[in-house]
Amino acid sequence: MATLNILIAVCLAYVALLFAVAFMAERAALKGRGNWLRSPWIYTLSLSIYCTAWTFYGAVGYAARSGLEFVTIYLGPTLVMVGWWWALRKMVRIGRTQRITSVADLISSRYGKSGLLAVCVTLLALVGITPYISLQLQSVTLSFSSFAVSDPVGASLIADQDTALWVAVGLALFTILFGTRNLDANERHHGVVMAIAVEAVVKLFALIAVGVFVVWGLAGGISPMLERIDASDIGQWQMDGGRWVGLTFLSAAAFLTLPRMFQVLVVENEDERHLRTAAWAFPTYLMLMSLFVVPIAVIGLELLPAGSNPDQFVLTVPLSQGQEGLAMLAFLGGFSSATSMVIVAAIALSTMVSNHIVMPIFLRLTQGGVNGPSDVRHVVILARRLSIGVVLALGYLYYKISGGGSALAAIGLVSFAGLAQLLPAMMGGIFWRGATRNGAFAGLVTGFAIWAWCLLLPGFGGGVLPASVMADGPWGIGWLRPHALFGIEGMDPLLHAGMWSLLLNAVVFVIVSLLSFPSPLERLQGAQFVNIFDHSDNPQSWSGGIAQSEDLMIMAQRILGPEMVQGFFQAEAARQGLAGYLPEPTPDFLARLERELSGAVGGATAHAMVAQIMGAATVSVEDLLAVADETAQMMEYSSQLEAKSNELTRTARQLRAANDKLTQLSVQKDAFLSQISHELRTPMTSIRAFSEILRDAEGLEPKDLTRYATIIHAEAIRLTRLLDDLLDLSVLENGQVNLNIRDGLLSDVISHAIAASGSDMHTMRVRRTGPAAEVMLTTDHDRLAQVFINLIANAQKYCDADRPELTIDVSRRGGRVIGTRRIALLPSKPRGIHPIPCGPTLMGLGCCEE
Amino acid sequence: MRERATPLFLERRSYRQRRLMDAARLLPLLGVLLWLIPLLWPQRDPAGEVAAVSTSSAILYIFGVWVLLALIALFVSLMLDSKAETADDGNV
Repeated sequence: MATLNILIAVCLAYVALLFAVAFMAERAALKGRGNWLRSPWIYTLSLSIYCTAWTFYGAVGYAARSGLEFVTIYLGPTLVMVGWWWALRKMVRIGRTQRITSVADLISSRYGKSGLLAVCVTLLALVGITPYISLQLQSVTLSFSSFAVSDPVGASLIADQDTALWVAVGLALFTILFGTRNLDANERHHGVVMAIAVEAVVKLFALIAVGVFVVWGLAGGISPMLERIDASDIGQWQMDGGRWVGLTFLSAAAFLTLPRMFQVLVVENEDERHLRTAAWAFPTYLMLMSLFVVPIAVIGLELLPAGSNPDQFVLTVPLSQGQEGLAMLAFLGGFSSATSMVIVAAIALSTMVSNHIVMPIFLRLTQGGVNGPSDVRHVVILARRLSIGVVLALGYLYYKISGGGSALAAIGLVSFAGLAQLLPAMMGGIFWRGATRNGAFAGLVTGFAIWAWCLLLPGFGGGVLPASVMADGPWGIGWLRPHALFGIEGMDPLLHAGMWSLLLNAVVFVIVSLLSFPSPLERLQGAQFVNIFDHSDNPQSWSGGIAQSEDLMIMAQRILGPEMVQGFFQAEAARQGLAGYLPEPTPDFLARLERELSGAVGGATAHAMVAQIMGAATVSVEDLLAVADETAQMMEYSSQLEAKSNELTRTARQLRAANDKLTQLSVQKDAFLSQISHELRTPMTSIRAFSEILRDAEGLEPKDLTRYATIIHAEAIRLTRLLDDLLDLSVLENGQVNLNIRDGLLSDVISHAIAASGSDMHTMRVRRTGPAAEVMLTTDHDRLAQVFINLIANAQKYCDADRPELTIDVSRRGGRVIGTRRIALLPSKPRGIHPIPCGPTLMGLGCCEE
Repeated sequence: MRERATPLFLERRSYRQRRLMDAARLLPLLGVLLWLIPLLWPQRDPAGEVAAVSTSSAILYIFGVWVLLALIALFVSLMLDSKAETADDGNV
């Protein structure tokens, strides 16, 4: 009784310790002080959830039954880990860049985010893992009863209590507390991982402690131990080659596909470089875990009475020697193995169930009527907590229904074989771009069906298939017998089922993939997954860059010579803060290199050469799309800008032209109006004056009469012509007056002007001097006459001398006077009127000669 | 390099790096090969005509291979690590 009480107390204390560790780790991570949480050692230790209670206790039993075959369960993961460069590196990179949350998420994301595939994988995982969880519950119960055997009171106590139920409830509590604190796949479960790492140390320490006790305490050293091993029942090498290879392969596959392994390998991975450490440290861990298995088994077989359960040797050997403390430690090791596996498996399964089954159904039921993200968050966390409860409840129910016992022990490998069905879809997905959703689905269904038919159903609870089906096949179809598909009999059932299911799974997967056609999203995701190292810009992806730099260097040396190029590259590397000769091929560096090269071979050639080498650098379709989007936006924007600016320029030009035209028009208008008003007024004045003379003057000479009438007539004609001009549109349009060019004498023009202005009468004396008065002019005589008329009229009007006299002095300066080209409002003084004291506005109209 | 006249420069370390990557790729194959060898050993024979390999030597062999693989993996990952993270021992 005392032993059992102590055991329960130690057990509770240990659980409390785990809670405390998890809690502290969460706190430290929250406060950002959790650097040690992100060490590669924690990562490596967390991988140890591969070693469940089944391997902790079961490996010894396995070894006691069939020798070294147990080691295959560890050889597979070892091979996968030392081969991390192949698959794990890629998986971790994909998981990190694509924010993968579970193995179902990985497969569904790869195949175009297919919901159907995710559900399929989730169901497969549930079916495969639930028995495994119940196996852990069973192992804890068994180990309790192993203690109880030595304690009759305790035995009855244990029989009354349902240990498995309490364990399940406790585990559910722990997982819900520390496994559903946050949602983001990028935020790791620091508390859980830390607790698992502690448990990993405990179980390794426990097993080694028992092993050391057995080898040095009981056998008396290494050599006697080896002799005892050889002398035992399993002392000679005996191995079924098929099982050796098959189980190694199966465990390797399961290591990659088990949801809990995926959780710690990929989802909880903090840093890709942790894989480098885990690559050798985890195989070492596995090696140490299995190192003392055979010695414990051999000693157990020797010491314990025949018929005792070899699966409990780890506990019963120390107990039989009275080493209760050691047995307690071993018990804690087994307890750790069981709990850590259940916790992570529950987290992984609950993530899958809530993300791929509960949430889609919830979203469909609510028809998207969700009130904001906090609502969804709440629902997701609730779904995850419920899923954890459901997963553990399923495990417990399975344990109850199957009744425990040895039937469960076989479930470990059955589970491995079931989860291994994910391998073709998974590996095909990350290594083969041609893999399609239909292929993955068909392969999965095929493999799952064969596995269920050949392995799960025959083994389920002691076999749910009737004996007739097992013996003769369904409906008497012989080649469908669960243990002899296609009539091949006599194979190991596990090997038989594993081989056929995986083989047909892969074949169907490949064939359907080849025949079907992927959707665009699938193709996109496929390219992203398969070429993940070309796409993701992780700082560690230096391999391509350095290789390209080296190619560039070789090429440059051929052109520029080794010394110069080495100096240049070294300087560039130093500029980038790197030692050695090879800088990263940054755009900056490439531009400078191109400039150097173009000095020797010309710009275009240099560019082509660099592009030829750097051309291998690909960008992801997403990047391209983003760039294209950006470019399109920029192009659109710039074309809009350009159009706007063009429009502005055009408008400005038009405005300027319009302004010019307006100014011109205004000038013309002013000129025109002045001209017209002057030109119309003068003939009118003279007509009015002479007609008044004709009307009022008494006794005019007929000669004068005729002259005045002629003047009136001539002025009227001139007025008419002026009006004609005015009406002529071309005056406005061309800004110039049509000249009525005729040949004539200047003196005639002047005489006409004097006569028209009436100045020869009495008001002002007009003197005409100069010999050139008789000069012959080719011009518009009306206009010229107008000039003189204006001149004389203005002189008459504004001159206030007593005896006004106007001298018109015509002189020839040699130049040829050719009409007027422009008419402008220049207040210029015409020649020959200097003596007149007139204001500057005297001449409204000036003639500018060219 | 084919042309002997121009002494083309190849950085030794990056070359080594890539060979190390090759080693990392080949390591699991080595493990598979070494762990397949036990299948060739003489098995326990009920008739007792052939002396089977003893389990102790089998353990020594299998665990020896295990240690060897772990050591090579350690070496490879350390070498790859030092290149990726600290590139300052630049005596090329």
